[in-house]
Amino acid sequence: MDIQDFSDTFFEEAEELLADMEGHLLALDPAVPDIEQLNAIFRAAHSIKGGAGTFGFEALQRTTHIFENLLDHARRGELNLRGEIIDAFLATKDELSDQLAAYRNGTTPDQAAFEQACHVLNSIADQEIGDGQKTSGTSVPEGSAATQPSSQASQAMQSLMVTLKNVSEQDRSLLIEELGQLGDIVEQHSDAGQCRVILATTEGADAIEAVMCFIVEPEQVSIAPVASTTPPSVDKASIAGKAPATDTLSAKKASPPPVRPAKAKSTQENGSIRVAVDKVDQIINLVGELIITQSMLDQTVSELQGSEHAALLSGMSLLQRNARDLQEAVMSIRMVPMDYVFSRFPRLVRDLAGKLGKQIELVTEGESTELDKSLTERIIDPLTHLVRNSLDHGIELPDTRVAAGKPTTGRLTLSAQHQGGNILIEVIDDGAGLNRERILAKANENGLNVSDAMSDEEVWQLIFAPGFSTAAEISDVSGRGVGMDVVKRNIQAMGGHVEILSRPGQGTTTRIVLPLTLAILDGMSVKVGAEMFILPLSTVIESLQPTHQDLYTMAGDDLVLRVREEYLPVVALHETLDVANACHQPTESIAVIVQGEGRRYALLVDDLVGQQQVVVKNLETNYRRVPGISAATILGDGSVALILDIADLHRLHQRKRRDACSVLTDGAQQLSSSGHPTTESTSEILTTTAEDMTP
Amino acid sequence: MTDLSQSSGPAATDLNQSQFLIFSLGDEEYAIDILKVQEIRGYENVTRIANAPAFIKGVTNLRGVIVPIVDLRLRFALENAEYNSQTVVIVVNVGQRVIGIVVDSVSDVMALLPEQIKPAPEFGATLSADYLSGLGSVGDRMLVLVDIERLLTSEEMALVEQVSDGH
Repeated sequence: MDIQDFSDTFFEEAEELLADMEGHLLALDPAVPDIEQLNAIFRAAHSIKGGAGTFGFEALQRTTHIFENLLDHARRGELNLRGEIIDAFLATKDELSDQLAAYRNGTTPDQAAFEQACHVLNSIADQEIGDGQKTSGTSVPEGSAATQPSSQASQAMQSLMVTLKNVSEQDRSLLIEELGQLGDIVEQHSDAGQCRVILATTEGADAIEAVMCFIVEPEQVSIAPVASTTPPSVDKASIAGKAPATDTLSAKKASPPPVRPAKAKSTQENGSIRVAVDKVDQIINLVGELIITQSMLDQTVSELQGSEHAALLSGMSLLQRNARDLQEAVMSIRMVPMDYVFSRFPRLVRDLAGKLGKQIELVTEGESTELDKSLTERIIDPLTHLVRNSLDHGIELPDTRVAAGKPTTGRLTLSAQHQGGNILIEVIDDGAGLNRERILAKANENGLNVSDAMSDEEVWQLIFAPGFSTAAEISDVSGRGVGMDVVKRNIQAMGGHVEILSRPGQGTTTRIVLPLTLAILDGMSVKVGAEMFILPLSTVIESLQPTHQDLYTMAGDDLVLRVREEYLPVVALHETLDVANACHQPTESIAVIVQGEGRRYALLVDDLVGQQQVVVKNLETNYRRVPGISAATILGDGSVALILDIADLHRLHQRKRRDACSVLTDGAQQLSSSGHPTTESTSEILTTTAEDMTP
Repeated sequence: MTDLSQSSGPAATDLNQSQFLIFSLGDEEYAIDILKVQEIRGYENVTRIANAPAFIKGVTNLRGVIVPIVDLRLRFALENAEYNSQTVVIVVNVGQRVIGIVVDSVSDVMALLPEQIKPAPEFGATLSADYLSGLGSVGDRMLVLVDIERLLTSEEMALVEQVSDGH
């Protein structure tokens, strides 16, 4: 192991610590701070400081040091927390993240930002900590400040016995070297099993442990204060006068052990490794191959009979089970809950609400909805933009809300759910809604082709036009960064689309619909003729065998099926997808009642084959979008099956019907124009074009 | 499966010459740039795609990747497009895509000098000269040099979504 490995570990641990810290800071109630949370924040800052010292990250070390001192006061109740102080702490956490990122990239953090952060913290320390309390906590460091001007140590010099167990020779010398940087090594014994170092230091036991933990496991280190041996190098006179203070400090130091087990536990819970996504993809592909090979073997073996093959047969069934388990386990690697995305927003909402002077309650729903990792990463930016927009333009100021008869606290809801083989992510606010007139006026100004007759949906889509921003909309919150056109483009790049629903005075809902590309799908395999198709299970409501009594024709040959007092249009899959040798008698087919994009219909197939989990393979990687088909998958026998897009299949059906109709009734168009089918198909044309514009 | 990128042979010393994979469609011989060829495999297990042009046979699974299969015999309006154990699929890499093309057979790999490549005449109705990089002459054989990348990514092949498509 070289120093690089250690620093990588440090960066990853420090990132996790900072994330924890932020979570605790956000949860902290300034009026009645939870001491456990303050302790946790303190420990995080402390551990980072220790690591930063080890690797010589000076700015990081100094910032965390000042931060830690403040936190120490806070947890002793000497610093009264207020909203602004927590804001400052959050800003410090951001600065620490920036510094960490800079060190990780091998650069030096921004000096101005660093000084600013230190300045803010120092001024809090100067202003907020009461004079009477100050003396008890900080008088000792003031005394030693003359000898150590660079670090404002808050703790007195003391002797600690550090015992290292089962540590390799190489690590041992490294650790002793580290200890030497933390203080003066007074004594050092080592034998085969363990090594004892007596250290005179101003650092606390947990700081030393934090440094050690980057190299060895916590169990391998034990640190205990040495009462009798006072290091000779310490100026006794300076301490003697302040003996009571030193005592309280060492008494404090004895208390850390109860909290330490909790810390070790939390590191274990968060234990994870970072792996490049393409490595995971490669594993998924290989496992897919393995499954196919396994089913091929299975087929060959199933032809064998007799007792002489018993061992082979039982081995095969074991292989099959293991291969399936492996596949399931591997597939779950890529999926992460939406919580991963949503957890970033409490902070953003809090900061923005404060900045805008609004009161906002953030509600998240469906955090456990699983989404492919790569999609969650790409959805963060667009979603952030939408949330910013909702906060800035959507939700009104408290006064305006009261005047409109709404509660002062605005509500912003983030929700995620699986629907119709898609993932639906919604940003819902209960604000003022979009202003139709202003959007139209601005669109006119921008030279866009608009008219007052446009439907609301069309008007809302205008805000996605490049460069579209009404003058009233520019602010430092959402005037900067990506525009709505970029949001739309990003989502389209993921194969999804955005819809806006807005009602004046009641709020705006922005709905992101992402396809299931990359996701794993629970599918129902159906057979038509000799071909196999996969229906997303989420779209399937029920299946039944239609009877003559329940089938009606409409306007000649349009079939409808009555299911419990509801009439559903019938779409024959063999007809829409031109499948040869399929069953043409509806009463001999199976009707699968499906629902997509709010439209419900009966899909006629020959046979239901079974339910299975399938890996969704994009058709567009090497081919193109196919009408009525959302993606493809690979079946157990290695062949490709197409996954049906229920909503699009219905559109395709309508289109085919229309084409057939226009051929038949070419001249006689006027005759049928009063009939129901034509009105239906006209409205269909409208919706189709509207939807075509969206993606 | 044959790995053709290794079979460059001794003739590869001349830097000016390019290597071509020669395949036949009916009685005609065609050639494509060997560097575009990923592998050669048999024709099997192709899943039909509804409402696609006839020359798009469907998609197949190439080690976990979904690859469209185009029958060049149908595209070039040849009669007798049969599928048997001898039918060959040449898997090519064009742009960022992997596409399989069905041909009657693959004959050999040949190096052509620039002087062996003649300009293609402007006449093709089914195969526009835009998709040809020339005609190769080797003895009394005429090889139609196809710019496979341009052909397969062209709008009329309907393999690649065009920007103007509106989707």
